[in-house]
Amino acid sequence: MHALSLRQLAKTYGNGVQALKGIDLEVEEGDFFALLGPNGAGKSTAIGIVSSLVRKTAGQVSVFGIDIDSDIEAAKACLGVVPQELNFNQFEKVRTILENQAGFYGLPRALARDRVEQYLRELQLWDKRDAMSRTLSGGMKRRLMIARALVHRPRLLILDEPTAGVDIEVRRSMWEFLRKINAAGTTIILTTHYLEEAEQLCRSVAIIDEGRIIEHGPMDRVLRKLHTEAFLLDTREALPESFALAGFRARRVEGHTLEVEIDKEQNLNDVFAALSARGIEVLSMRNKANRLEELFLRLVEGNDESAAPVAPAADGARR
Amino acid sequence: MSAAPAELVPTADRRWVGLSTIVRREYQRIMRIWGQTLVPPAITASLYFLIFGSLIGSRIGDMGGFSYLQFIAPGLIMMQVITNSYGNVVSSFFGAKFGRHIEELLVAPLPNWLIVLGYVAGGMLRGLLVGLIVTVIALFFTRLHVEHPFIILAAVLLTALIFSLAGFVNAVFAKNFDQITIIPTFVLTPLTYLGGVFYSIQMLPPWAEAISRTNPILYMVNAFRYGFLGSSDVHVGKAFAVMLLAAVLLYALCVRLMNRSSGIRE
Repeated sequence: MHALSLRQLAKTYGNGVQALKGIDLEVEEGDFFALLGPNGAGKSTAIGIVSSLVRKTAGQVSVFGIDIDSDIEAAKACLGVVPQELNFNQFEKVRTILENQAGFYGLPRALARDRVEQYLRELQLWDKRDAMSRTLSGGMKRRLMIARALVHRPRLLILDEPTAGVDIEVRRSMWEFLRKINAAGTTIILTTHYLEEAEQLCRSVAIIDEGRIIEHGPMDRVLRKLHTEAFLLDTREALPESFALAGFRARRVEGHTLEVEIDKEQNLNDVFAALSARGIEVLSMRNKANRLEELFLRLVEGNDESAAPVAPAADGARR
Repeated sequence: MSAAPAELVPTADRRWVGLSTIVRREYQRIMRIWGQTLVPPAITASLYFLIFGSLIGSRIGDMGGFSYLQFIAPGLIMMQVITNSYGNVVSSFFGAKFGRHIEELLVAPLPNWLIVLGYVAGGMLRGLLVGLIVTVIALFFTRLHVEHPFIILAAVLLTALIFSLAGFVNAVFAKNFDQITIIPTFVLTPLTYLGGVFYSIQMLPPWAEAISRTNPILYMVNAFRYGFLGSSDVHVGKAFAVMLLAAVLLYALCVRLMNRSSGIRE
């Protein structure tokens, strides 16, 4: 079953801006799905429509087969939403915010208290349960919004930039937590500016730009569309400014660092062999950027002719 | 450990728990800021009773066979019920819009009519709490005669309902904090003072009495006063008809505004 299905979803705001130009998108139940796009691409509008904070202009939205136009309450009961902006009452206690949220989804008081304790403990907020929410740190506020979205145990969790502005340690622990709830059966849709995050966590991806889906499919298949990958090599010997490596696109970045682009048909062994033949020893190597980031930039900038015209995916993606 | 997604709660149960949660949250808010919600009306009412009732009232003499204090007590209680019912909903709902935590309710599986009902019940709760406090204060100054207890109850409930709904309408349209004070200052206060709280409209010249009869607050104050004293400037049946009509129309307007998402959703 599709956890989420969007059909020809369109949104034109009052000021005439067409934020969505008829997008089709399907997310499978149990998937961990990334919705990516530059600022203003239409990600938050799409999420806003699904969570009923934005009214659609045209199209259909169904959540686990429930059309939001025919039974909005049943559809909303399946959803948990973590918005980009803080939207809890800053003057309420952490525990109160979660207990009230559970109540809005119909959980009896005793069950709500148990769930609140469970999620506050899991998200390391139990010690702050009686603190005013405005006194929490940025990372704690983000975790509070995740706990709030989960307290009624939604079947579909939508997170809009959940780790924006949090430090690496907190981000990693949030990733672990999200992996865990996904493994337990919760479908997750994530938007993020950290493309590493999407690549690490998500099994499927859609890239949206100027109100249209320009790529959609399983993460590994999407990443295979990258024809080249760039590596940075640190060398023991200093490299001349005009350094070149026959058969490869290579350039000296600085004294001891070389950037090499590898095509699909090439392999790293050939690079090492060529360098070794020149008497250059490689000390270490790293990716220049993560692969999804490269693909993303190429797609939205339209720089890569081979990557941009992607065939529709079997699960309903379209250009 | 995280658990699998839960089964859905039946709609009727969800709505009932949702409504009681909204009302509980409003009650928690009233109690959390009791210095702003419960204390000021108590002080204001005490001053009214002291100055208009005891000091000036003693020189005014009887009004329709009752002391001036007994005459104005129902009006003063009603004045605070009106102000606080309205003020609670307008500030709570606008605050939720401003702080964006209204989104907690908008994404929740609750119908719009129930969200309106929850906020309005919160407004009524504060109106009634304040009404009770002012009644207790009144008892320090005078003995309250009770002629028709059910009419008192019906009048105060309907009045609190009407002004809670009116506060909701104001909050939906308000775009800044100034706009939640304009109506109370320039409409509500004059209508309340001219609604027969401190005087009987029979004391007015005919043209002023005729104008006063277009003031809906006159009907609420007089219905409430009738419950205490058994006398009223207006026909009590007509007063309740006006109040019921106002409540129904305002509730329909509030739900319509929520359904149209005016000023709430994009």
